Amino acid sequence: MTTIHEVIIIGSGPAGYTAAIYAARANLKPVIFEGALESGGALMNTTEVENYPGFPQGIDGPDLMANMRAQAERFGAQLITDDVASARLEGPVKSVTDSEGVEYLAKTVILAMGSGYRKLGLPDEDRLSGRGVSWCATCDGAFFRDKPIAVVGGGDSAMEEATFLSRFGSKVVIVHRRDELRASKIMIDRATRDPKIEFAWNSAIDSINGESAVESITLRDVNTGEQRDLEINGLFIAIGHDPRSELILGQVDTDEEGYVLVQGRTTATNIAGVFACGDLVDHSYRQAVTAAGSGCSAALDAERYLQAVDQVA
Amino acid sequence: MAVTDVTEKTFADEVLMADRLVVVDYWADWCSPCKQLSPVIDELSREYGDVKFVKVDTNANPGLAAEQGILSLPTLQFFQGGRVAKSLSGGKTKNALKKAIDELR
Repeated sequence: MTTIHEVIIIGSGPAGYTAAIYAARANLKPVIFEGALESGGALMNTTEVENYPGFPQGIDGPDLMANMRAQAERFGAQLITDDVASARLEGPVKSVTDSEGVEYLAKTVILAMGSGYRKLGLPDEDRLSGRGVSWCATCDGAFFRDKPIAVVGGGDSAMEEATFLSRFGSKVVIVHRRDELRASKIMIDRATRDPKIEFAWNSAIDSINGESAVESITLRDVNTGEQRDLEINGLFIAIGHDPRSELILGQVDTDEEGYVLVQGRTTATNIAGVFACGDLVDHSYRQAVTAAGSGCSAALDAERYLQAVDQVA
Repeated sequence: MAVTDVTEKTFADEVLMADRLVVVDYWADWCSPCKQLSPVIDELSREYGDVKFVKVDTNANPGLAAEQGILSLPTLQFFQGGRVAKSLSGGKTKNALKKAIDELR
């Protein structure tokens, strides 16, 4: 007979690993699906994380995630480097199937799939992806040495990418739809002080142009409608994220944007025994430390649920 | 079979002149998705004895990366008879890579 686990955790960012650490220390022997290829969540594409408490000199995002992973493993979490292909969450025993068709059963499931990069939604975006269009400055920045670069977005990640890319590019133009940024003051100051960084305010991107690689983008002034071409070779998109909730849509209640709805200050979803945490739930804070905190809450909620269920049984 | 390092000097012999399907993994030490992809490539190299798997450190071989039009990491190129039959960039699951190899082999 297939083992019925206590907890299955789906996702391996700060939320998923923290849930795994707490569940493992509560002796629940959690099984955590880290993803077939990209474990570690959104922090894997960052450089230095300067605001995670306890690291006064900052820590590299991938190092922070490697530490959390090692901590979960140390207390006995079972790490599975695969994607979840499907999940059936109703009922006392939940079923999760991996990409090879292997089924795992558990009494509780913690959803921590996080969020994925939002696309601009332009026709040539996919065609030129990997040919100048990028979502990862740390991965691809070095290919644009002494070349003009544009970064789209007005938040902290756009400022971070622009500041990082300015060491490579001949110039970096931050393209933003509005005339003010929503990034934090320290990040804005860093970007505005950088002599290589320029701003294209009130600008939307109408098209990405180029045969086999990006050659330019067409900008439109959102107030006047006037169009102009900006010659660039690299276009880094940092316009935010969308929750990765496709797996559970139709089973777990979400809001209209796809964020999983939880009850009050808990991590409980509409399905008994299914909990959700991290960026999958949170559209307002979306920080590594808040994700980790909610991962802890999810593990404690799952533990309490299991105690209550076991008492009845 | 082990995944061998290919450089600007050895690329022509090892990749272009090869008599079978060659999968080239472009990586760099600053690229965290690359670090997660490389064990998958190692596994595939053990499972596919008739396919050659090589890797290019783009940091040490910038000229080769530029010549091959690599603008994103990780990128995988699939060479057949000295030309690129397929190119994939960004994160891919092991199953997606198996499918790509099975289609070309």
